[in-house]
Amino acid sequence: MRQARFIATMTLLASLAAPAFAQLAGDADRGEGFWNQCKGCHMIGPEARNRIGPPLNGIFGRRAGAVEGFKYSKSMARMGSDGLTWTFETLDAYIDNPKALVSGTRMAYRGLKDPQDRADLIAFIREFSDKPRDIPEAEPSIVTSQPQLADEVLALQGDPDFGEYLASECGTCHQGDGSDQGIPSIVAWPEEDFVVAMHAYKQKLRPHPVMQMMAGRLTDEEIAALAAYYATLEPQ
Amino acid sequence: MAHNRRTFLGGAAAFTAATLAAPAVIGQAKPRVVVIGGGTGGATCARYIAKDSDGAIDVTLVEPNATYYTCYFSNLYIGGFRTFESLAHSYDKLTGEYGITLAQTTAEGVDRDAKTVTLASGEVLSYDRLVIAPGIDFRDGAVPGWDLAAAEIMPHAYKAGPQTQLLKAQIEAMPEGGVFCMVAPPNPYRCPPGPYERISMVAHVLRERNPTAKILLVDPKEKFSKQALFEEGWQKHYSGMIERIGPDFGGANVSVRPDTMEVEIDGTVEKVDVCNVIPGQQAGRIAHVAGVTEGDWAPVDPFSMATKADENVYVLGDASAQGDMPKSGFSANSQAKVAAMHIRGALTGSRVFPAKYSNTCWSLIDTEDGIKVGASYEPTEEKIASVSSFISQTGEDAALRKVTFEESLGWYAGITADIFG
Ligand SMILES: Cc1cc2nc3c(=O)[nH]c(=O)nc-3n(C[C@H](O)[C@H](O)[C@H](O)COP(=O)(O)OP(=O)(O)OC[C@H]3O[C@@H](n4cnc5c(N)ncnc54)[C@H](O)[C@@H]3O)c2cc1C
Repeated sequence: MRQARFIATMTLLASLAAPAFAQLAGDADRGEGFWNQCKGCHMIGPEARNRIGPPLNGIFGRRAGAVEGFKYSKSMARMGSDGLTWTFETLDAYIDNPKALVSGTRMAYRGLKDPQDRADLIAFIREFSDKPRDIPEAEPSIVTSQPQLADEVLALQGDPDFGEYLASECGTCHQGDGSDQGIPSIVAWPEEDFVVAMHAYKQKLRPHPVMQMMAGRLTDEEIAALAAYYATLEPQ
Repeated sequence: MAHNRRTFLGGAAAFTAATLAAPAVIGQAKPRVVVIGGGTGGATCARYIAKDSDGAIDVTLVEPNATYYTCYFSNLYIGGFRTFESLAHSYDKLTGEYGITLAQTTAEGVDRDAKTVTLASGEVLSYDRLVIAPGIDFRDGAVPGWDLAAAEIMPHAYKAGPQTQLLKAQIEAMPEGGVFCMVAPPNPYRCPPGPYERISMVAHVLRERNPTAKILLVDPKEKFSKQALFEEGWQKHYSGMIERIGPDFGGANVSVRPDTMEVEIDGTVEKVDVCNVIPGQQAGRIAHVAGVTEGDWAPVDPFSMATKADENVYVLGDASAQGDMPKSGFSANSQAKVAAMHIRGALTGSRVFPAKYSNTCWSLIDTEDGIKVGASYEPTEEKIASVSSFISQTGEDAALRKVTFEESLGWYAGITADIFG
């Protein structure tokens, strides 16, 4: 019974998840079409230089207002010194409505309203910045999406089988036999402590970049499943 | 059911000693998975399929070498921080404890219509699902003057084993005040920080043994991973030893002359004592032979790692084109688990969960000066996309760097146990 419901909810989750992710990851080829709206003022690619707008090579991860020799509006320059950095999210907001993000911007563009269109355009622009494949610390390509879980999916809570699958990722560093060599053992950790610790990483209360990253993308159900699984293990 | 039957017919058509010897009986053959390449991706995938299917799937791992030497930590071996033996891993547990059949030979051909793999021995294996994880090969002509034969003089040491030993021996035999040169690869290549960790380890050895020696790093890339961290470390530990020639100074215009131990950089000839040539790379040959590549790499479905060309054929690790994940052992291991789950789902109906991917790469700059970079990824229709990343910071204190180094030891123990059992 539980098994049947589980499969049903997994199918539901899979079908929910796919389009939700797809919306966020742009299609660079399609995005090139929207680039026509930008290229009157901006250049991109190996020969790019300042024109009416600054070149957009390497924009991912760059401070706003930071291209040498380009005369920015006061507003953009101030945003840069206040710490605005171009990422998927900030570019998305800026392209949606430039003046909403940077009130005094000189960029005379009314904005691209459809989120998918923007994602595609950003994917095209992304091609001319550091690639995460080559420079793993480069600015991420998309924002993570946690699909809204239906009530049924909460049936996943504390499911040790699901936890076992998820744990295959933990096992790359935390050894399954409970040995502790530079990376602590998490075998047979009491369920509740495990859950509390993972949420503390997720909320960045506990420091450690690898664990913050790993926990940051786990749903509540996934954390519960992992806790349930690890609690069943015995150190060897 | 349909494809079990088709497999059986395929097997019968191939009709070899192998299919005769197999316990499979007409009409009740177990589903078969063939994994080409017993490296990080292939061995992980074979182990996870065998482990989680409890014998319901017949897994054959094709790998010519009896021992796998990890590339990870091979730089530490060069630096004198690990023994060569500590890089070695056998397939004994995979065969003994997990019931995986090891075919110790090379796969030479793939017939995707007949669903068969031909081995160097002439044996033909039939499969329901095929996993290809051959790692990288070097692109012909990537560095003019260099070819695989020249690797005996100018080693790549980018597939761990005798090449790594050769490079280490050459470094240790360098004349006093000699020149070590590395020709770094263009993107994309396996292990983005790998060449720069190696430079650090070479500098470490030379500082101890041959402090007047020089290191010349010829690099076609403008930027590289962990650049600020490496450059800070080189300044701190190896001041004045390392010179990097980037593309602005001709670093992309290099040829080598193994006979005379010369390197020509943008028209200027340098005489060097050791030359580590790491050429541009592509998917291992068998992926091309199988017809699942486009250009240098094999495009895959971000949700499953199945190839775009054939849903029954998966490509893992360095050979795949998947999007944002770097070509690393951590990535290959992560991808292998997703593929294993999908393959089991397809063959035995077991549960398939949404894919999750991650990567972390540790590097060592000097004794107990460890750094790391990592990211997590989600599959999207377009590619496996990075969703968050982190990196060690410049100026971190020695205690934190030491902890980071110790983590890398734990990671090595963890991942090798995860791959080889
Ligand atoms: C110097 C260096 C340092 C590195 N450091 C790190 C690190 O710190 N962390 C990290 O995560 N990664 C690191 N890496 C990268 C890592 O080694 C690779 O990304 C990883 O090994 C890729 O796994 P793979 O399965 O794709 O290929 P491999 O591990 O190379 O395995 C491929 C296997 O396939 C076999 N094979 C090839 N063709 C055939 C055929 N036709 N038939 C049968 N078998 C075949 C080969 O013999 C080999 O065993 C490093 C790499 C280098 C070079």
